[in-house]
Amino acid sequence: MSERALLSVPVGPEDHSRGPLDAKLTVVEYGDYQCPYCGQAYPIVEKLMTTFADSMRLLFRNLPLADVHPHAEAAAEVAEAVGLQGKFWEIHDTLFENQRDLSAAALLRYVADVGADVKEATKEIADGGPRQRVEADFESAIRSGANGTPTFFVNGVRYDGSWQYEPFAEYLTQLPDGS
Amino acid sequence: MALETGVVAPEFGLLATPDQKVALSEFDGPVVLIFYPADWSPVCSDELSVFSAASRLFHARGAQLLGISVDGPWCHEVFKEQRKVAFPLLADCNPKGEVAKAYGVYREDDGTSERALFVIDRDGKVAWSEVSPVGVNPGADGALRAVEALS
Repeated sequence: MSERALLSVPVGPEDHSRGPLDAKLTVVEYGDYQCPYCGQAYPIVEKLMTTFADSMRLLFRNLPLADVHPHAEAAAEVAEAVGLQGKFWEIHDTLFENQRDLSAAALLRYVADVGADVKEATKEIADGGPRQRVEADFESAIRSGANGTPTFFVNGVRYDGSWQYEPFAEYLTQLPDGS
Repeated sequence: MALETGVVAPEFGLLATPDQKVALSEFDGPVVLIFYPADWSPVCSDELSVFSAASRLFHARGAQLLGISVDGPWCHEVFKEQRKVAFPLLADCNPKGEVAKAYGVYREDDGTSERALFVIDRDGKVAWSEVSPVGVNPGADGALRAVEALS
């Protein structure tokens, strides 16, 4: 039996976070904007955030599997660049809601759609900051034992169960720290 | 029972493509052997995608990744192309499962191998291994830590 996979880089102030900071349930999602399973998980995670509104905090980190998803890295960099303008979750939602078109032109359109400055985002990407961030996320994912996209860590431990709503909600409910 | 740490890793020569063989002894640096039950199964595909994506972290430490299953070389070739696997997939098919047996990870009941990882050091000895439940994708963290511990 393999040992339990543990989050290698603890949750910190740099992370993109939603929900109460003192939440009893901290869910870290490693995801890929082009991955169809992440797209399926997106509304499920949103529903969990509603169900566990008082007790769950969601963090998102990038795990682009570029070999199978050619637009995943560019999409992740756009999300990070827009995140620098304080609109990470807006672009995050937009990317998952428009997974079918993540072409370069579409990505720029989404940046404008969420009210971010396109020129500034483009410059940040050209300067390489978002890429560094995505690579750091990627390495932390691999070191944590992320085993596909999406991979969830609940309170620092990899969740190996199903991420369909019912089993995931049931798991969160029965955790000692759950609501 | 999977081979234990410290024992000499059994040599093998297996087809990596329909006409090209790969031997363990060809590699100077550490080798990570990734035994998986079968091409195309959902868990295996995810596991290999993660190792593919992580391959640059292994290459940076001079380590070579090798996937092994009992599927034939033609099957591997299509699977590798379709799933964009970034390292060789070896065909342990003739005789079936011979290498898996030598490493103690053959599954007699269904004729496949366990989901097992071995890190072989520069001296050709098993430095680390892990056998996971067949339905659980192990991720690449354990193998990466083991490779780093060698350098």
